[in-house]
Amino acid sequence: MNILDAEALCRQLAEQIRPHVTPATALVGIYTGGLWLAERLHKELGINPPLGAIDVSFYRDDYGSKGLHAKPQRTEIPFSVESAHIILVDDVLYTGRTTRAALNGLFDFGRPARIELAVLVDRGSRELPIAARYCAHTLPDALPRDQNLELQRDEAGKLTLELTQLA
Amino acid sequence: MRNPQLNKHGELQHLLTLDGLPRDIITAILDTAAPFTEVAEREVKKLPLLRGKSVFNLFFENSTRTRTTFEIAAKRLSADVVNLNINTSSASKGESLLDTVDNLCAMQADMFVVRHAASGAPMLIAQHLQATGRDHIHVVNAGDGRHAHPTQGLLDMYTIRHFKQDFANLTVAIVGDVLHSRVARSQIAALTTLGVPEVRVIGPRTLLPTDVEKLGVRVFHDMREGLKGVDVVMMLRLQNERMNGALLPTPQEYFKVWGLTADKLALARPDAIVLHPGPMNRGVEIDSAVADGAQAVILPQVTFGIAVRMAVMSMLGSH
Repeated sequence: MNILDAEALCRQLAEQIRPHVTPATALVGIYTGGLWLAERLHKELGINPPLGAIDVSFYRDDYGSKGLHAKPQRTEIPFSVESAHIILVDDVLYTGRTTRAALNGLFDFGRPARIELAVLVDRGSRELPIAARYCAHTLPDALPRDQNLELQRDEAGKLTLELTQLA
Repeated sequence: MRNPQLNKHGELQHLLTLDGLPRDIITAILDTAAPFTEVAEREVKKLPLLRGKSVFNLFFENSTRTRTTFEIAAKRLSADVVNLNINTSSASKGESLLDTVDNLCAMQADMFVVRHAASGAPMLIAQHLQATGRDHIHVVNAGDGRHAHPTQGLLDMYTIRHFKQDFANLTVAIVGDVLHSRVARSQIAALTTLGVPEVRVIGPRTLLPTDVEKLGVRVFHDMREGLKGVDVVMMLRLQNERMNGALLPTPQEYFKVWGLTADKLALARPDAIVLHPGPMNRGVEIDSAVADGAQAVILPQVTFGIAVRMAVMSMLGSH
């Protein structure tokens, strides 16, 4: 089910970020949807440092109960995190736990000057004191917990937001 | 009967042997190890996965590399690591293996990494833990007798996949003292499970098990013949302690016939890689020119070994 136009939201997000980009601004996308989005923004905004990618599997707080994510991906931070201005990119902001895990991960690479969060959609239901500096769309009502909202990318590279019912 | 290495959900409960371990589990370990290699390049080489867990390295037999890489792997996962080198003198105090294990369990052990001269010792510990309802404690076999050395086999597979991408079209030769080698057994199990079409073993008759063909390998007693066209050469350590018996001539003679030299390696494919589990006997099973040469991937094996052990421990520790 498509509820939102991901492509349009992506353009809006880029315009929100654009006035704040400096030559030192770096982007880090969170696997998987956040990275797709970050790839777009990186190109669209002409970001200088190479794009970073982070997998938060090794930092999740539900490892003890849910175990290790089945296919963790390789984290690549191809620029110096020390004193960097980083915009962390994710597709959907929900509890804030993924963002927390990503922040922990980034700090193992150095001490950034500043980290901001950019997301396509805020679906509500935060469980941690985390807010996005850039957000293309906030859902008026928090989505029910048994629904999953995430970014998808088709073979042509087109982005869509998919809402699915969890079992 | 259920595979004793898997729990009722089909997840890895203990890592005891690669023999009979399903292909998807082996592949999952290799896939999981890949992102762990990146941790070594970071400023802070630490992940929080095993924070608060205690890993006991239980070594009843000497080891430097294996124990050290297990220790580094556990520490990079933030576990507390306790190293016990249990030599014959403390064993002679009379405590049995399982009494030792029970005592360490009373110290809130979460994982045992076990090396033992007796084949089956890690399995015995795993069965004991299961029989006493301690399913939250995991066992990793770090080498037992002539039986198995699964993490060595896995890091070898990781190394091969790293340099050769996949296993589908490979010819792999295992060379040397297969008879006494738990490494060779784990390698053969993993290579056949992962679908390597041709696995060869090369060695003198006295150092090959009598029914080695039953493991699904081609046997060569002529090293030059056996190395022809192979993609991967896996050398085994010649166990010096066997040199006194009637199995072998002198080390010099062994080197002449079975040592990997540049001219023998030239018979393999030009892009063939050379592996060795260490410690190497230079001038016995391998010539220094090969060990230090461009085709050797012996030091990457050690580095990958840390990532593979991190993958195994983090998969075990999650349930």
